[in-house]
Amino acid sequence: MWNRALAHWLAHYRRVWRGTIISGILQPLFFLLAMGMGLGTLVDAGTSGGIEGVDYLLFLAPGILAAQAMQTAVFESTFPVLGAIKWQRQYHAMLAAPLGIPDIVLGHLVFVMMRVAMTSTIFVTIATLFGAITSWWVLLALPVAVLTGLAFAAPVVAFAARQRNESGFNMLFRFIVLPMFLFSGTFFPVEQLPTALELIARITPLWHAVELCRGLALETMTLAGAAAHVAYLVVLAGIGIQLALMSVRKRLIL
Amino acid sequence: MVAQPDDPPLIAARGLTKHFGDFTAVDGIDVEVRRGEAFGFLGPNGAGKSSTMRMIGCVSPPSGGTLRVLGMDPITHGSQIRGRLGVVPQRDTLDEELTVRENILVYGRYFGLPRSVIRERATELLEFAQLSERADELVEPLSGGMKRRLTIARSLVNEPELLMLDEPTTGLDPQARHALWDRLFRLKRSGVTLVLTTHYMDEAEQLCDRLVVMDGGRIVAEGSPRQLISEHSTREVLELRLATDDHELYEAKVSDLATRVEVLPDRLLLYTDDGDAAAKIVHERGLAPLSTLVRRATLEDVFLHLTGRTLID
Ligand SMILES: Nc1ncnc2c1ncn2[C@@H]1O[C@H](COP(=O)(O)OP(=O)(O)O)[C@@H](O)[C@H]1O
Ligand SMILES: [Mg+2]
Repeated sequence: MWNRALAHWLAHYRRVWRGTIISGILQPLFFLLAMGMGLGTLVDAGTSGGIEGVDYLLFLAPGILAAQAMQTAVFESTFPVLGAIKWQRQYHAMLAAPLGIPDIVLGHLVFVMMRVAMTSTIFVTIATLFGAITSWWVLLALPVAVLTGLAFAAPVVAFAARQRNESGFNMLFRFIVLPMFLFSGTFFPVEQLPTALELIARITPLWHAVELCRGLALETMTLAGAAAHVAYLVVLAGIGIQLALMSVRKRLIL
Repeated sequence: MVAQPDDPPLIAARGLTKHFGDFTAVDGIDVEVRRGEAFGFLGPNGAGKSSTMRMIGCVSPPSGGTLRVLGMDPITHGSQIRGRLGVVPQRDTLDEELTVRENILVYGRYFGLPRSVIRERATELLEFAQLSERADELVEPLSGGMKRRLTIARSLVNEPELLMLDEPTTGLDPQARHALWDRLFRLKRSGVTLVLTTHYMDEAEQLCDRLVVMDGGRIVAEGSPRQLISEHSTREVLELRLATDDHELYEAKVSDLATRVEVLPDRLLLYTDDGDAAAKIVHERGLAPLSTLVRRATLEDVFLHLTGRTLID
């Protein structure tokens, strides 16, 4: 019955999609322009000639793909979830109908994955037109982005369902999402970081997602490497789903 | 649709209990609701009405006792039961960013109904709720009364056998309340079993065939509005306002005129079968009340008698 909950979020999205365009599409595009073309020109002109011999724009684009998947997923799993519990209370409406907690949680997560698939597809298309992506292997990076979205969305739903108000979300954005965005390999290889920070960066989910997307887009990924990264994200998603089910149940069933 | 005696009850609760931590919100109540009835829970805020409704609506597991809804156990068959219920929760759960019609369309999908069926019903229901003109407008700017009517319309999309309404008219102006009552009357006439909670005694009297009076998680009385009034009150009530800050001082001076006297901060209530006669004697005794009012007894009086408190403070 999760598809019935999904139907709600799709209907809802048809009404609010305009507001998501800025954060979902323009922002990664701006990063691509500012960093890729602005900063990239400097990097490429440097002694190393790009990063690890790759044009900065080509290095950056898959990183942004992964980071955007994270951002879309986190955003869609915070305010809408707390709103569905507390403000507009759509979850309560679903629960009064035949839907159960698993349907509610799964339906919402599938919607988030669809949103990530959407923004990722649009980004990959535009980045390709910009010449920032050149390999057909990037098509495999799309499901990776969706998996990344789920791996972030599920634990964040669990977190959101425990919040009394939105102040926790500011913490989440400021102290988790933003640092990951900056330090998990989106803009530069984590090897550039001091060793301690590099080790931390390598255990963040975003780093695994960035490595996967980049390895595919630059055709440098090995099968074993890919399997390890995918396994990490799948496990995180699995644990996240369990936590999300527990939190939402605890919050809704009194 | 009048219930046959051997018809199984739509709701059967025995010793139904709800704890929140060590607080007992519902304290072992017995309730039976039969098909075609309009049944009410009347009680002040905090009486345990919503907690009871949520248990019956299978969204809150009972802490004790037995509960059967439509002959099934909410613990094991919650989803099946909810599929045949209509629920109007105390607080609206509308999606305010959707249009009026979309709210019904989406809600219908929750019940697995085909789109064509939902579309058809949505049009009828909007007509029923007098919202056709607003059908394609967003919900957010609607008035409270319109939102409430939409919630009721939406709750009917699965053609429920049993409609649960938790304070359907609280917070609405008198006009909106009467409009809603009118819709509920029609539903009742069409054979839908209604279960509603209210702290308005006029609402209970208007709508309910039978009701229970709840206070502090317990049922303190049960019957039809008429029965309850005749059992727990006299036919008439004489309300006396006197030129005093303490009406209690006058209780002894009129207690012989009534079966019972209730002292409120601003007036005395004299329970008597002949209010006019009592009023006449009050004047003869030279008590010189500021005002006298003779009225029929209501459920408010029943509640006052049973609990010593008024329904709305
Ligand atoms: N989730 C909850 N946690 C703790 N206490 C609750 C909860 N829900 C209701 N209560 C308490 O239970 C009592 C009955 O509440 P409720 O059933 O909402 O009453 P009513 O609907 O008659 O106003 C109130 O004192 C209320 O504070
Ligand atoms: Mg209530």
